[in-house]
Amino acid sequence: MSPADRFARLPDLLAADSDLQRRGRWVTVDCRVDVGDQPFFLALENGALAAFERGTRLMRSSAFTVGATDEAWTQHWQPVPAPGWHDLFALTKRGVASMEGDFRPLLQNLQFFKDLLALPRRLPERI
Amino acid sequence: MAPVLDPMIGRYLRLQIDGVDHRVYFEEAGRGIPLVCLHTAGADGRQYRHLLADPAVTSRFRVLAFDMPWHGKSTPPDGWEKSEYRLTTASYTAAIRAFCKAMELDKPVVMGCSIGGRIVLNLAIAHAAEFRALIALEAADFQQPWYDTAWLHRPDVHGGEACAALVSGLIAPQSPPVSRHETLWMYMQGGPGVFKGDLYFYRVDGDLREKVKSIDTKVCPLYLLTGEYDFSCTSEDTLRTAAQIPGVEVQIMKHVGHFPMSEHPAKFREYILPILEKIS
Repeated sequence: MSPADRFARLPDLLAADSDLQRRGRWVTVDCRVDVGDQPFFLALENGALAAFERGTRLMRSSAFTVGATDEAWTQHWQPVPAPGWHDLFALTKRGVASMEGDFRPLLQNLQFFKDLLALPRRLPERI
Repeated sequence: MAPVLDPMIGRYLRLQIDGVDHRVYFEEAGRGIPLVCLHTAGADGRQYRHLLADPAVTSRFRVLAFDMPWHGKSTPPDGWEKSEYRLTTASYTAAIRAFCKAMELDKPVVMGCSIGGRIVLNLAIAHAAEFRALIALEAADFQQPWYDTAWLHRPDVHGGEACAALVSGLIAPQSPPVSRHETLWMYMQGGPGVFKGDLYFYRVDGDLREKVKSIDTKVCPLYLLTGEYDFSCTSEDTLRTAAQIPGVEVQIMKHVGHFPMSEHPAKFREYILPILEKIS
């Protein structure tokens, strides 16, 4: 299963995590996550995914984009990630991930987004 | 049933730092060699509560953990509202030396973590003869920044929650969840702009590149310990620093991040007890 295929399971993973939804109850924003060359568009409303679309969308706007290489997501989503691959900012520091756009909604809800983007860690390694 | 009490006792110390009156909170436990513990940026002395309650340490050491001015239960100096808090190499060094002097500590051991580790390097550079031994946790002569500190203090972002969320990634995945969240709770409680002010020392004023080469470990032994999951002060940063200091003892801690004493007390114990044994 490719990293993008793993991330495509995000709606189920978030729906199963009532605590993360509770912590994200103030989060309402459209954002984009790039897994390798695959873009995903997330419409978050009160901490839940109101829409989740995979693939290019012409002229779709997003508040911010978080992207990383396939290798970075693969390493990040290991059950126990190795040092230097275990946090979003560890990835950006080593130059395999990026964050662009309006950082305000991201920083206002940083722990929520870090935990959201780590959810595929919960999937079995081979599905 | 008798009350269940932790062994440390907390008090307030009146002292002057650089000629300014301060009221500094500290906790202490144990008897023997004074061991002064310095907390990380934006946090307070509670990070050392497990060490303060460890008979293997307190049977030989008088452990003292003070909250830096502006942190924890130490109040800022009078008139704080008219200035922006900024820690510098000089003010941090002055605070530590003032605490040791006011408490009449005879050649204490100083152990600091993160900014506390960095300032321990400065103590080794500039004041080594005053100390019995120095222990720098998560320390290096310089580290590459990994985020913009402007986000730490502004009205549209909750400073405490943003600080905690940023540093949460510095905790090793193997650390017990209870200890992880207790460590983060302390970050959420910091005063507005205090973490940012501490990082002024870390990022702007406290560059010790080149200066660490002057450290003489024959005057005062120096120990460096860094967790492998610390991507702020990486293992490479610490090893590069150690390579410039003859006689330094350096170790990389497995399954530990940036907050060894609070994020994984049991694991930290495995590394720190042999060092304290050597010192005593």
